[in-house]
Amino acid sequence: MIALEKRPQPSQVWSVATPVIAVLATMVFGGILFAVLGKNPVEAIRTIFWEPLFGEHSFYYRPQLLVKGAPLVLIAIGLSLGFRAGIWNIGAEGQYIMGAIVGAGVGLAFYPMEAWFIFPLMVIAGALGGWVWAMIPAVLKVRFGTNEILVSLMLVYVAEQLLASMSLGLLKNPEGYGFPGSRNLQQYPSAHNADLIEGSGMHWGVVAAMIAVIFAYVLLNRHMRGFHIRLAGEAPRAARFAGVSPPRLILFCMGLSGALAGLAGLFEVSGPSGQISIDFNVGYGFTAIIVAFLGRLHPFGILLAGLLMALTYIGGDIAQSQMGLPAAAIQVFQGMLLFFLLAFDLLTNYRIRIGKAGVA
Amino acid sequence: MDLSAINPVLLLASLMVAATPILLAAIGELVVERAGVLNLGVEGMMIVGAITGFAISVETGSPWLGFLAAAAGGAVLALLFALLTQVALANQVASGLALTLFGLGLSSLMGQSYVGIKPPHFAEIDIPLFSDIPVLGPILFAQDPILYLGLALVAGTWAVLKYTRAGLILRAVGENHDAAHALGYKVVRIRVLAILFGGACAGLGGAYISLVRVPQWTEGMTAGAGWIALALVVFASWKPWRVLIGAWLFGGITVLQLNLQAAGVAIPVEYLAMSPYLVTILVLVILSADKSSAPASLGRTFHAST
Repeated sequence: MIALEKRPQPSQVWSVATPVIAVLATMVFGGILFAVLGKNPVEAIRTIFWEPLFGEHSFYYRPQLLVKGAPLVLIAIGLSLGFRAGIWNIGAEGQYIMGAIVGAGVGLAFYPMEAWFIFPLMVIAGALGGWVWAMIPAVLKVRFGTNEILVSLMLVYVAEQLLASMSLGLLKNPEGYGFPGSRNLQQYPSAHNADLIEGSGMHWGVVAAMIAVIFAYVLLNRHMRGFHIRLAGEAPRAARFAGVSPPRLILFCMGLSGALAGLAGLFEVSGPSGQISIDFNVGYGFTAIIVAFLGRLHPFGILLAGLLMALTYIGGDIAQSQMGLPAAAIQVFQGMLLFFLLAFDLLTNYRIRIGKAGVA
Repeated sequence: MDLSAINPVLLLASLMVAATPILLAAIGELVVERAGVLNLGVEGMMIVGAITGFAISVETGSPWLGFLAAAAGGAVLALLFALLTQVALANQVASGLALTLFGLGLSSLMGQSYVGIKPPHFAEIDIPLFSDIPVLGPILFAQDPILYLGLALVAGTWAVLKYTRAGLILRAVGENHDAAHALGYKVVRIRVLAILFGGACAGLGGAYISLVRVPQWTEGMTAGAGWIALALVVFASWKPWRVLIGAWLFGGITVLQLNLQAAGVAIPVEYLAMSPYLVTILVLVILSADKSSAPASLGRTFHAST
């Protein structure tokens, strides 16, 4: 007889070990998936995890790690605060789009003027765009008790439609020969989020992600608000007796995660992507959910998880061009990772007892 | 703009078709939630159902086998969710999200060779005599069998929940799993069955989109229908008949905005396409005041300590 016994406290060892085990299990089952697709599994796994870091063209791929990792970390940090408090903002994809639209909109409004203050203004606008979009579910939840999961998710679809409308209408490049999409911000120096060191992949978004990690760490460990977030998640009743105001916590967590997602969108549109276009968003807002859990909702964990997830994106691209591995296979791979993570988390909170269960 | 081009009879007939996918998914999710489990993976199960159903009916030439496979596909994915939340005791919200992310990826992987193919036609049933009734005939008596199955499921779910012992046990598990456990009911087993039923329904709903409503396969074609179905359960305050009303309401809005697009109304297409999502939010706001009817154990993890 196998029985589960709840641990008095979550195991420290297992909470570090489970993400590692989950990654290994995903590699094994991912390998099986790749084999089913008719690809050499060892080769595929090697291409995804080894090639970008140490392969022949790694000088090109390593900077990409920062470029792809920064938005994931930035968004996941924000989400993790809410997830810890039991506030589920899963519409980060929409907030990311809105940050990009509003931020790029502000930048394009100044075109072709060159001035130092344009980019900072865009950053503020991007954060505000994401913040406002996240405040909709937050305020509705506080005021009417509406489910924030459903509202924030519905707003993703609304934001996608807005994005389409913007790239076909208001923000369309007047010199774009009728093609959808805005002017390319990479060709507008005052609005371009360029590499800080040429060719390093290190743009302002990476800096912002680093700051967000440190900020979240300090907030959670050294600050009353951070303590309230943890308390509200782990012991909601105790939190209420301790005077934690749930509405304030909801507004804070949703707003902050929205602003960070908006920032991620702004840094993406003004840097690596360069323009507002119909297919601007690529699902970072959803992948960030995996990143947040893989990082165990811990700031430093999220940093590592974000880099790992960026690695699977880049490695997936390489495997796609070199081995013809379908792009969707990587998406399945990432989903699988979250599954294993959640499954193995059992070991953190429970102990498995083999043998006859005693009578209570 | 020519609003007179919109034929109200055809509009109502296509309303029923547009409502069916979310109706099927929502009635399944309603049973799951009445058993006290919150499965946010409806979107993922729907899209997997959509591609399984599509692939199987293209391969076999039989839409019936397609729908059967879609139900099985949805249920298999739901089984993953059941393993995670009922056996591994994982967080239900996170597991549901994982299911959706996984399902979206899996479906586009499975569907790669099916883009641009037409599925076999699924014939409507013409109920003789009745279908000739003006106005009501084409709306009510000349639809396809799955649409009628959806209506039957609503009636069946209502009757089972209200009048049978099995329904009572299911509700007891959802209201207070500790008490149900103390009475000797197998909480986990009942919940797993409910989750599987929900998965099968979501799979059917997905296949209805790819086989009847559209009918073809495109990546991510459910486009939030699963989430609207989740909202629908809240809208319906966990009551089967209200799910039907809600599904018709959303179906109506979808069909109306499509018709307005076709009629060339001055509103840009993107803003019309937003409307079902905005209406969902609006309805959630209006109806969220009353939380009393939610199953009391909804979303809580059950672990028998003895």
